[in-house]
Amino acid sequence: MYPIVKKRKLADKIFLMDVKAPRVAKSCLPGQFVIVKMDEGGERIPLTICDYDKEAGTVTIVFQIVGTSTQRMEALGEGDAFQDFVGPLGRTSELTETPLEELKEKKIVFIAGGVGTAPVYPQVKWLHSQGVSCDVIMGSKTKDLLILEEEMKEVAGNLYVTTDDGSYGFHGMGTNQLEALVDNGNTYDLCIAIGPMVMMKFVCLLTKKLEIPTVVSLNPIMVDGTGMCGACRVTVGGQVKFACVDGPEFDGHLVDFDQAMKRQQMYKTEEGRSMLKLTEGDTHHGGCGQCGGDK
Amino acid sequence: MDILKKVPVREQDPQVRAKNFEEVCLGYNKEEAVEEANRCLNCKNAQCVKGCPVAIDIPGFITAIKEGNFEDAYQVLSKSSALPAVCGRVCPQESQCEGKCVRGVKGEPVSIGKLERFAADWAREHNIKPQPAAEKKNHKVAVVGSGPAGLTCSGDLAKMGYDVTIFEALHEPGGVLIYGIPEFRLPKGEVVAKEIENVKSLGVKIETNVVIGKAGTIDQLMEEEGFEAVFIGSGAGLPKFMGIPGEQANGVFSANEFLTRNNLMKAFLEEYDTPIMKGKKVAVVGGGNVAMDAARTALRLGAEVHVVYRRSEAELPARVEEVHHAKEEGIIFDLLTNPTEILVDGNGWVKGMACVRMELGEPDESGRRRPVEIPGSEFSLELDTVIMSLGTSPNPLISSTTKGLDINRWKCIVAKEENGATSKPGVFAGGDAVTGAATVILAMGAGKAAAKGIDEYLSGK
Repeated sequence: MYPIVKKRKLADKIFLMDVKAPRVAKSCLPGQFVIVKMDEGGERIPLTICDYDKEAGTVTIVFQIVGTSTQRMEALGEGDAFQDFVGPLGRTSELTETPLEELKEKKIVFIAGGVGTAPVYPQVKWLHSQGVSCDVIMGSKTKDLLILEEEMKEVAGNLYVTTDDGSYGFHGMGTNQLEALVDNGNTYDLCIAIGPMVMMKFVCLLTKKLEIPTVVSLNPIMVDGTGMCGACRVTVGGQVKFACVDGPEFDGHLVDFDQAMKRQQMYKTEEGRSMLKLTEGDTHHGGCGQCGGDK
Repeated sequence: MDILKKVPVREQDPQVRAKNFEEVCLGYNKEEAVEEANRCLNCKNAQCVKGCPVAIDIPGFITAIKEGNFEDAYQVLSKSSALPAVCGRVCPQESQCEGKCVRGVKGEPVSIGKLERFAADWAREHNIKPQPAAEKKNHKVAVVGSGPAGLTCSGDLAKMGYDVTIFEALHEPGGVLIYGIPEFRLPKGEVVAKEIENVKSLGVKIETNVVIGKAGTIDQLMEEEGFEAVFIGSGAGLPKFMGIPGEQANGVFSANEFLTRNNLMKAFLEEYDTPIMKGKKVAVVGGGNVAMDAARTALRLGAEVHVVYRRSEAELPARVEEVHHAKEEGIIFDLLTNPTEILVDGNGWVKGMACVRMELGEPDESGRRRPVEIPGSEFSLELDTVIMSLGTSPNPLISSTTKGLDINRWKCIVAKEENGATSKPGVFAGGDAVTGAATVILAMGAGKAAAKGIDEYLSGK
């Protein structure tokens, strides 16, 4: 069992947990992910690593309630435990393999969208610990959904906060902010964008135009996370790659986002159904699009 | 009774079992087992033993059954095999022990597999355990992977007195026995979990959720955690796809994914959250045992299922028994048929598969007649799900993170057949990680050979 030592609500439906998993904490680096399974009947859920403490043997995860399993996960609190917690999975961020001298030369900008802020944070923190300063654009739909702003402030060089509805910070999306920065004379050698698939797609369209090499982190459907099932396959530069072992980070300019977005919908109806069953139980009277209106 | 024929084994009716996940074969009862055991000639120079990759004393255990000493029969089995209840169910006996049985020259061979299963099931029902080591040896051995190779290697080492820890990447031990082979062929709780309990009762520790190569490396296990030898039985690896258009569409799965969702993640049970596509019309591409497992699973989830295979029935790599069972249950075999494209609807979902008919030409390098397309025979199948069951290629997680571990041109780990030794001192390997996808019993044979190799290596230290 993997005990939850800390739980914090970051925003509506978004939670942070520190989980005791010494083997994972000992080996993990920015860019990698874990798979958690709360109990016997739970799904295996891939989650990016938000932070880690090698001495305490803990790993920090952030999740958003999107389906049955994450809904059930929310019920866990400090003192409870995950039945399974496996990792670190996937390749480490390319930054961790780049010579420090080279990194220090680079002008790097991160674009974090929504819960994507969680996997961006350890990369920025790691760079900061190596003495490398970078710019971070982090955004959400609205002020109440912003997460980890204080934490990010401590490790980012320049931090630009955006909200789609203008309720806080820059009014607009991450792409608008990046355009504004470039228009003001900023130049970047590398962009790392992590967030919803559609956001990463539009960041890549923009950075292609701006000729800024861009890395994205994909979080497709997965089962085992070790290369065995092939559920997470994505087309990158015309080749089929498995996000769990070849990724999760890829050259964003080569990713077939339209296909990846379609693949993400695969279990949506199944998951939605499962969710309705949970929330409505015996009171479900149809409308899920699956039951024919009679349950 | 006809002495030339096997005592028939009871099975669930095909119509009934096509709709449930309970075991197909019901096995022998005591009377049937003794009757079948009496067909054994107890040959002095037993050919059957030579056909067994783990060299079970077959006449020995069958003699014990004849005499009604079922516990003795089990102890004979457990001397050579850590998983007799599994082997009795999934070994290809027809090409191994039973294939060599002298009875088989003039009639049907002795039903060795069903007798093995009987003795193992009897022991489990009567709570008989294998004999643990009399003396402990002060050597730590790590085993990577808890499939058939790893469990066998661990069981044998523990019986010799070694301190063994298994590291398993998934959340449940058993490897392919848990994620791959379906419940209706190999019950998980009743059979697999109990055999794993037996291995643990010998003193073997199992740590789940540890991916070696990620959460620590082989080198770290040896340098930091004090393991003096390591056995790698990490299994087959990454599923292959055909490389035809439309293969990334929604509704195209690898057999590994489809089976893992259903077997390991128990999608077929209400109380599990796992989603699975319950197709209405499913094609399984491939002709091996895994293809049969996927097809019969999809059938039980309620689909019309076609097995699409490019050669003819004679070349199907699956066991004859599996093909027979699949046909009985209503699986449709589209043989000499090769897919050329997955047809996709506007939303990215599978709507069908374009195929071409094949005929057999000259034999190829595998000795099988090469299938060639018949011009103008193109047609399409209307489908909502396609399951690709084309085998696997090795997983690079361990080979790419272990210094001095040689791999061959197919990227399989190089290990000596007789003792499992790899190019790295103290590191041994066996099973699919070495041979590429093969059978449970061959992996067990390799695990056994490696246990002997590790014992020799550590004894000489």
